[in-house]
Amino acid sequence: AFFWLVSLLLSSLIWFIAVKASDPRDERLQKGLLIFGVMFSVLLQEAFRFLYYKLLRKAIEGLVALSEDGCSPISIQQMAYVAGVGFGLMSGAFSMINLLADALGPGTVGIHGDSQLYFLTSAFMTMVLIFLHTFWGILFFHGCEHRRWWEIMAVVVMHLAVSGLSFCNPLYVGSLVPSYLLMAAAAAWAYLLSGGSAQNLRRFLLCKS
Amino acid sequence: MITFMNNSDSEEEPCNERTSLMSAESPPVPSYQDGLQASEAGEAQAHRKRRAGSSRGPNNIAGGETSGSSVPVRESALENEEEELTLKYGAKHVIMLFVPVTLCMIVVVATIKSVRFYTEKNGQLIYTPFSEDTPSVGQRLLNSVLNTIIMISVIIVMTVFLVLLYKYRCYKFIHGWLILSSLMLLFLFTYIYLGEVLKTYNVAMDYPTLFLVIWNFGAVGMICIHWKGPLQLQQAYLIMISALMALVFIKYLPEWSAWVILGAISIYDLMAVLCPKGPLRMLVETAQERNEPIFPALIYSSAMMWTVGMAKPDTAARGPSQQTWDTAENGREHHRSPSHADSQMSETRSPVPTRPVTFVEELEEEERGVKLGLGDFIFYSVLVGKAAATASGDWNTTLACFVAILIGLCLTLLLLAVFKKALPALPISITFGLIFYFSTDNLVRPFMDTLASHQLYI
Repeated sequence: AFFWLVSLLLSSLIWFIAVKASDPRDERLQKGLLIFGVMFSVLLQEAFRFLYYKLLRKAIEGLVALSEDGCSPISIQQMAYVAGVGFGLMSGAFSMINLLADALGPGTVGIHGDSQLYFLTSAFMTMVLIFLHTFWGILFFHGCEHRRWWEIMAVVVMHLAVSGLSFCNPLYVGSLVPSYLLMAAAAAWAYLLSGGSAQNLRRFLLCKS
Repeated sequence: MITFMNNSDSEEEPCNERTSLMSAESPPVPSYQDGLQASEAGEAQAHRKRRAGSSRGPNNIAGGETSGSSVPVRESALENEEEELTLKYGAKHVIMLFVPVTLCMIVVVATIKSVRFYTEKNGQLIYTPFSEDTPSVGQRLLNSVLNTIIMISVIIVMTVFLVLLYKYRCYKFIHGWLILSSLMLLFLFTYIYLGEVLKTYNVAMDYPTLFLVIWNFGAVGMICIHWKGPLQLQQAYLIMISALMALVFIKYLPEWSAWVILGAISIYDLMAVLCPKGPLRMLVETAQERNEPIFPALIYSSAMMWTVGMAKPDTAARGPSQQTWDTAENGREHHRSPSHADSQMSETRSPVPTRPVTFVEELEEEERGVKLGLGDFIFYSVLVGKAAATASGDWNTTLACFVAILIGLCLTLLLLAVFKKALPALPISITFGLIFYFSTDNLVRPFMDTLASHQLYI
């Protein structure tokens, strides 16, 4: 969570500087800067995820060195999951919390002609992002562990795609549906990477031992 | 209200507290007896208002187990074990401290957001005489710096005074002071707080009920904190007291002064605990020399100290004198009071006659708790509360400060495990908190607002 926060900080710093240095009246430029800010932020988030991976790697080495039986009490997969959840929670919290606070107060949604589904779609979008961050954490760490660069690239590309799709808002079908599809794909992939399989799933669902 | 506070002794208390994380470790001791003494001394270290405790332990345990320093080989093996244990339990300690710090912050933020009273400007404390209602920015900055200087010097004076009192064994005086402080905190501040909360939610309460509630709350609090009580209840009281004190600070410190004070106090904390001539360090060393626990008051401890007085025959004899001493120290709380260690001491005294010697080893595992000074709680909550009160980006800033403080606490505990001695708990957390507050408020907020208005996601 902290790492996500720092990445957000740095990316907003960049965006802020860019905005201050540019002409506030030029709409297209502002929009362009926003797009640039968003993309840059995504890249920075992934960079910080990588840094966090490096840090956890060092920590695991320390834990292994100190432990009695040569293996660390927390595996790298667990750490990947936790890292993903941390990123997701922080990103979700930052996206939603002001919305929730405003939702408690009086008002009408979409009174100025915006979409009336604003809160609902925001909630769904945030949820899909939290899930995605979790899965991306697992995929990313797995890719780093096994030196599969294409996995890492896939995560980055997916993240960019989801963020880019959110530019379709308020055309929600363009942003929510593909995001959920991507999430399902990422979920399946992460599940397979974590050692799950169709058989495990069947056994779990049918409550067999 | 203001005059009251000005006159009260306890107002000065907050200034005195310093935070530091202390490792309750003492240098390795040869005999079992000494080991127990050392753990007591370590506990004493944790006393100084803001001293934050640390994981005690593996050192003391090792010291305790190695009776007679005649086995150097075992020492080194034990050292490795200690390190392992330290790191293993380190994570547990971090969690044990996260929960109370989070709870305190939640209480403060919830109150700030809902009760208008604590965000209204109704005057200032006498310790910050310069007003910030000046037209120019430079003047305002100057005033806040002057306010800070006054506040910090008051704190330094009070701390030195306390150290002198302790050095010259004026325990009764300290005792009385602490009791007065905690009385005021538990009764007066709670009364005001309850009054404001009831006003906000428009709930009527008659005076007899109010009297009954406050009386019970205060009396149980005094007993729990200064004497014996269930661990959870003590911790709850300490958290509530810290929250109340933090709220008072948030209300009565002017804006810029609050931020400068937070920065200055973390620098002061750093110096007071780490410099050889720092008052806190002198206090710790004096307590160690005398093998006495320093005021266990004003410290939040997350676990019971069972090893103290466990199988030690003399402890029973020392018991009565310790008891009076402990209660004296408890008096000081006022804002920081956590005389948790006191109650710990009292509680451990009773099992002394019945427990066999071997019991200590088993219990040593459990007693590994961490101690954090209440002043730390207070200033963390002040930072987060101020962020909640004054930031225009509202919740994002609060959340960012909260995460920053917790990460700072984590890092401090990590350093504690590495250095194994008293450490100040304020600097890292407050620095992170301040950085994140200012950057989130000014940089992240416009970015997130723009994203939210276009419903973009990053």
